[in-house]
Amino acid sequence: MDELMWSVARTSGMISLLLLTGTLLVGIMARSGRAFGGLSRYTQSLLHRSFSLLCVIFVMLHVLSLLADSYAKMQIIDIFVPFLGDYRPFWQGLGTVSFLLMIAIALTGLLRRHLGQRVFRGIHLTAYLMWPIAVAHGLGTGTDAGTLWYRIVTVISIGLVLAAAIWRLTANYLDHSATRRLAREGVKL
Amino acid sequence: MSAELEIDWTRCQGRGLCIELLAADLTSDPWGYPSARRADGHQSGTVILAEDQREAANEAVKMCPLSALKLRTSAHQ
Ligand code: HEM
Ligand code: SF4
Repeated sequence: MDELMWSVARTSGMISLLLLTGTLLVGIMARSGRAFGGLSRYTQSLLHRSFSLLCVIFVMLHVLSLLADSYAKMQIIDIFVPFLGDYRPFWQGLGTVSFLLMIAIALTGLLRRHLGQRVFRGIHLTAYLMWPIAVAHGLGTGTDAGTLWYRIVTVISIGLVLAAAIWRLTANYLDHSATRRLAREGVKL
Repeated sequence: MSAELEIDWTRCQGRGLCIELLAADLTSDPWGYPSARRADGHQSGTVILAEDQREAANEAVKMCPLSALKLRTSAHQ
């Protein structure tokens, strides 16, 4: 039973990383306001929501299977309070921190019409903090962190998110940024 | 009965999602913001939608990334 739970935990952890990276990439894509490749803005928004909710589901599976695996020595409180664990408390704590942030980001994302835009944006932007914490958690405490394929997946994820984040910071990131710049400068179209 | 789309211009940042979903009634201005496609499509700051656009409009209201849209049902034509 422990063996099974352990492999469920590792697999769901890995899938969570992929989904989280995908969520971030599509979120950055959607924020630019561009139709991207064949993806309409609407499709991007739907994909962003679906990836993130799937990610939450896999993270829950990840946490529950570790609870059930007696070797992980996890208590219910470790899900909600970081750094109390018995097994690699620091790295496990990073997992708890990213889990709590993810729940907050996803919930306020779903409820954004009932919150102010400021509250939504403020909490949503912590995604850029949460992603590296989750990646560090996987590298620090994952059983598979030492394997070649886990490293390859992690390095590719980091590369893609870094590239997207740099693009996010460039002047022409937003669709119509050139014409809007002209408008701010008072040029009539 | 017709539906009117109310766009909160203090919120909208012209991300274009509603223009995609409501292509029959909305078009993009040069800066990427939505505007009524038909000349008579405006009414006191709102955009009048064709009757069969209600479902698409609901979806746009739900998915607008800036929560800038509201749907109003009005009795006049
Ligand atoms: C694991 C959970 C999630 C993560 C990590 C995440 C991450 C992101 C990121 C990185 C961005 C780009 C933000 C920027 O650079 O300004 C973004 C944008 C956005 N996300 Fe999420 N997100 C999550 C869940 C959700 C959910 C559940 C919704 C609800 C529908 C949502 C709705 C949005 C919206 C509306 C935008 C803004 C798009 C725009 O302003 O055009 N997100 N997200
Ligand atoms: S979807 Fe929202 S933000 Fe985008 S153009 Fe329409 S009203 Fe503006």
